[in-house]
Parts: sequence; C-alpha cells; structure tokens
Amino acid sequence: MIDLVAKSPCADLLPLDIGTVTLTEVGPERMTSLAPYRGREAALATVLKQAHGVTWPAPNRATGRDGARALWFGQRMALLVGPAPDARLAAEAALSDQSDAWAVVTLTGPGARDVLARLTPLDLRPDRFKRGHTARSDLRHMMASITRLGADRYRIMVFRGFAETLVHDLRAAMERVAAR
Amino acid sequence: MRITCPICGARDRREFYYMGAAVALDRPVPEADAAAWNAYIHERDNPAGLTRDLWYHEAGCGAWLVVTRDTISHEVHGVTLASDMRAGG
Ligand SMILES: [Zn+2]
Repeated sequence: MIDLVAKSPCADLLPLDIGTVTLTEVGPERMTSLAPYRGREAALATVLKQAHGVTWPAPNRATGRDGARALWFGQRMALLVGPAPDARLAAEAALSDQSDAWAVVTLTGPGARDVLARLTPLDLRPDRFKRGHTARSDLRHMMASITRLGADRYRIMVFRGFAETLVHDLRAAMERVAAR
Repeated sequence: MRITCPICGARDRREFYYMGAAVALDRPVPEADAAAWNAYIHERDNPAGLTRDLWYHEAGCGAWLVVTRDTISHEVHGVTLASDMRAGG
C-alpha cells in the first residue's frame, strides 16, 4: 500500500535565519474563506462572534488572536484562520476550505519591515501599517496577504504554487538588508 | 502613480490592472442598432485631459474601479466603485 505523506508548501525551504531576521513556515492550519450571502453580513458577524469569539474584520483589519483569527481578505470576504468553521456559518456565507491553497510564512525580528519593504509597494511605516492591520497587496508580482501581528512580526501568504518564489525573494531581501 | 481605492485606501499603481475607457458602464441594450454596437466595441476617444477609465484592484480587494483622471497632468480626480455606479443606474 502506498503511504502518501502530506508536505507543507515550504517544507525543505524553511526556516531561514539571516542577520536579525527569521523566516519560518506557519502551519499546517485550518483556513476557510467566508463570503457573506447578500444581505447576510450582520448575521454572519453575529455567528462568527458566537461560534469562534472573533469579530468580523473591517477592510484592512485582522481580528482575534493566535489560534482563532479573522483576516480581511478582499471585497466582502474574510479568512478564518485556526478553527474548523462552525456549521452555522454556512447558512450565512459561502465557505471555501483554503487550508492547502496557500504558502504561509512569518517574518520576524528587527529589520523585518525593511525586508518586506523591498518586496511590496505597501506603506509599511509603523504608524500607517499597525499591529492588527492587514492588506491584500502585491509582493514581487504575487498576489499576497500581509498582516502585521506584532512590532516586528508579519504574516505573509501567497498562493501555494509560489512557495519557492516567495522564499527565494524573501531570502534575497533578507541578505541585502543584512549586508547593509 | 497612486490610486485611492474606496475600500483599501491609497495604493501603488502596481496593484491595479488597467482595463481602458469606462465604456462598459454604458453598454447598449441588446436591440440597439449596429451603429451603437459599433461605437461601443470599436470607437474610443483619446482625450488630452479628463478621461474616465476602468481599473481592477487585482492585487488588492478585487474591486472594479472607475477612475477619473487627467492625461496631461496625471492628476487623479476621483475613484468610485463600479458596482456603486451600476447600482445607482
Ligand atoms: Zn481595493
């Protein structure tokens, strides 16, 4: 019998420590996109809060905590990260399992912002992109989700198929920041 | 160039895909005559000055935007959600 082994997108590529910055893979973790049905936005927010203790995120915001988080994920969409989605959510929104669809990494340490700033046009100044802020943006031509989880801690997501490119580009930026 | 998405805020042009003149907002009815459809499909102005384009916030929220801008000064005068314009008639 064939024994299939589940591999994470960045297996064999991470972790990386360069200079003061560390790049690690996140997960595996459950990720579900929530897209409210027309007119069901308020009902969905109520169920999300009751079932998972997480507030529906406004645009460019992330709510919750490690283990149960909601990231604003685009127009009329949020990504529930952590828990398996409560069945009641499905009455208010279209749910899609995204768990295997993304490469997810965390960039931490002093200088993490300088590394990221080399790859995305987002305004990452600390007073503009604060803890709890998230954005869909461009990361070296990849459509990314970038969330600031702490002073020097960012969660970065791109489509799974770009995992190697993501690590390659982040590594190059980390090396250049470290060389300064 | 920066475009202020009504949802995401001011963002770099790299996040957006340019669609062209915002003619899709004025699509002729199916029964319209050949001249109307010809104009809709083929005829475009090339204004020096104010123009109205459709942009797609491809790397951002995924919204279609109507951007009013000046092709001489490159100034952006306004950005609205295309879905709002359609809802408004
Ligand atoms: Zn946007």
